[in-house]
Amino acid sequence: MSESTREAVLLKGNEACAEGAIAGGCRYFFGYPITPQNQIPEYMARHLPEVGGVYLQAESEVAAINMVIGAAAAGTIPMTSSSSPGISLMQEGLSYLVGCELPCVLVNMVRGGPGLGNIAPAQSDYWMSTRGLGHGDGRSLVFAPYSVQEIHDWTAEAFDIAARYRLPVTILGDAALAQVAEPCQVRLRGKTVALEHEWAVGGGLQGRERRIVNSLWVQPDVMEQVNLRIAERLKQASADLTLWQETGSAEPAILVCAYGVTARVAETAIEWAAERGVAARLFRPISLVPFPYAPLGEWAGRVRKILVLELSLGQMIEDVRLAAAGRCEVEFFGRAGGQLLYPEEVADRLVAMMATQG
Amino acid sequence: MSAVNEADLRELEPLYTRPESLTETPMRYCPACTHGTAHRLVAEVLDELGVRERTVAVASVGCSVYAYEYFNCDCVQAAHGRAPAVATGIKRVRPDSVVFTYQGDGDLASIGLAEVIHAAARAENITVIFINNAVFGMTQGQMAPTSLPGQVTTTTPRGRSVEQGGHPLRVCELLREVEGVAYLARRALGAPRQVRAARKAIHKAFEAQLEGAGFALVELLSICPTFWHKSPLEALKHLEQAMVPYYPLGEYVDWRGSAGGEE
Ligand SMILES: Cc1ncc(C[n+]2csc(CCOP(=O)(O)OP(=O)(O)O)c2C)c(N)n1
Ligand SMILES: [Mg+2]
Repeated sequence: MSESTREAVLLKGNEACAEGAIAGGCRYFFGYPITPQNQIPEYMARHLPEVGGVYLQAESEVAAINMVIGAAAAGTIPMTSSSSPGISLMQEGLSYLVGCELPCVLVNMVRGGPGLGNIAPAQSDYWMSTRGLGHGDGRSLVFAPYSVQEIHDWTAEAFDIAARYRLPVTILGDAALAQVAEPCQVRLRGKTVALEHEWAVGGGLQGRERRIVNSLWVQPDVMEQVNLRIAERLKQASADLTLWQETGSAEPAILVCAYGVTARVAETAIEWAAERGVAARLFRPISLVPFPYAPLGEWAGRVRKILVLELSLGQMIEDVRLAAAGRCEVEFFGRAGGQLLYPEEVADRLVAMMATQG
Repeated sequence: MSAVNEADLRELEPLYTRPESLTETPMRYCPACTHGTAHRLVAEVLDELGVRERTVAVASVGCSVYAYEYFNCDCVQAAHGRAPAVATGIKRVRPDSVVFTYQGDGDLASIGLAEVIHAAARAENITVIFINNAVFGMTQGQMAPTSLPGQVTTTTPRGRSVEQGGHPLRVCELLREVEGVAYLARRALGAPRQVRAARKAIHKAFEAQLEGAGFALVELLSICPTFWHKSPLEALKHLEQAMVPYYPLGEYVDWRGSAGGEE
């Protein structure tokens, strides 16, 4: 236990996320209930007032994200959370956040889809989260924790990151991480997001020019400059925050690439496959935007195959193929619709891959 | 008659100047459009109340999308229909700010109806200026939720048929039932006496906010000569003869208890 944390407590992913937000300085939360993330707004409703914060239940995800826009314009780093269908509804507002160069923290506890789908764990919102939030030429930062502890820590860190790059920051979880309970070293509360950001409206005009928060740029040359400015900040974030983790064999024949809850499955599967003579290594992207193309590409030149594991029919695999750039074969193993992958079947797959190569 | 002497002019007391709450940016509205009138009335009230420096205006999507260039205060430009939600976010973070939205009928009564009703139900302490010109002006003249029965628009070329396209919405009548509304009035930007009444209503709608009384909205029946395909004078006549009978003027809710209802 360090100076900045309390003792480890048993928390669900959702609760760890909410407490992490409060520790990270969050004081304004706007949301609309949807399973499997309801404990986040519930926790905020209960605990934000303890630190002088504001929880507000919006009438829809559309309203929630627009309240976030207003709160961000007023100078705070606000937060909202939802799950897949709700994030679909927020896309327009997220695009406005990018366009207005406003920060916020967004949590998506992904569930099975498309449509109403179900409330089981899925990773099928990878494209929606990483390809751009809503319309227009803008992207934003996405981090994928793989444990309750990481959900807590990343949500806490997300506020500073959002402020630094003036971008929405997405914490991409799933129904399993949201609901599982694990020991979590909880950070101490005590930090509050400041309101004195240079874009902030409200608070009086004394000693400053009036401010305008806007995403309308009718002149294409001006719009392009805004596009480039946002891209520049994203580039800077890529330089600072390209994050991944590796475990397993130092001389792998197979590199397993997986993020979030699937990486947990992969860790066990790789251990079990090692007992059966397979040298495999896990490459776990933590930042999905920026994606760790370069380090993954290096491995592609050293291993015989990459196996991509996802709870979808294959979305991140496109980034893995871009990183591999033809240097090795890239195979896919995934389940969709809210189905999970199990370590046994992944270990079997690794053994089979070893058997089929020369 | 002698020529006007500049020195004499300087000694005259100005009777009519640009309110401080308006910038010097020339407005881009069509000739005779009443958006400009509405802007001026709001700006005069902000000046009068001395709140310009702590005001945040929320512009919406419609002909008035550039309101942030005209109102001389902090401004946020919101997505189509979402201004009351954006205003909610601002007001919750900055309760000492005076926050108002400026929305058209497409913005407020069509795509954004949920946001305005829920902001009202939460007694959100904001002021809404609602410009009802019975048409989508910015997108060049399509049917609005407030277009009158029989009104010809580009998407109702044979006139709005209520059987096919539904009935016009009366926003004040809808909102009067919502607990949380402190002040609610409908005025018309037609004859000078109506404009003066509109100004009074706008004044009250900001006073309601300053007193923390709750949600306030002023609907301003407005003209759109361009997309009504009428001369300014014909448009004003239409306002009087067709709009006002369908949308009765009056104070619908007054937190001070003196709402007179329809006039
Ligand atoms: C999500 C979305 N849908 C549609 C539009 C296109 N659009 C812009 S303005 C407008 C209607 C505006 O009409 P109104 O609110 O009555 O304002 P007016 O122009 O008449 O003042 C529409 C449909 C948009 N900008 N965003
Ligand atoms: Mg209109």
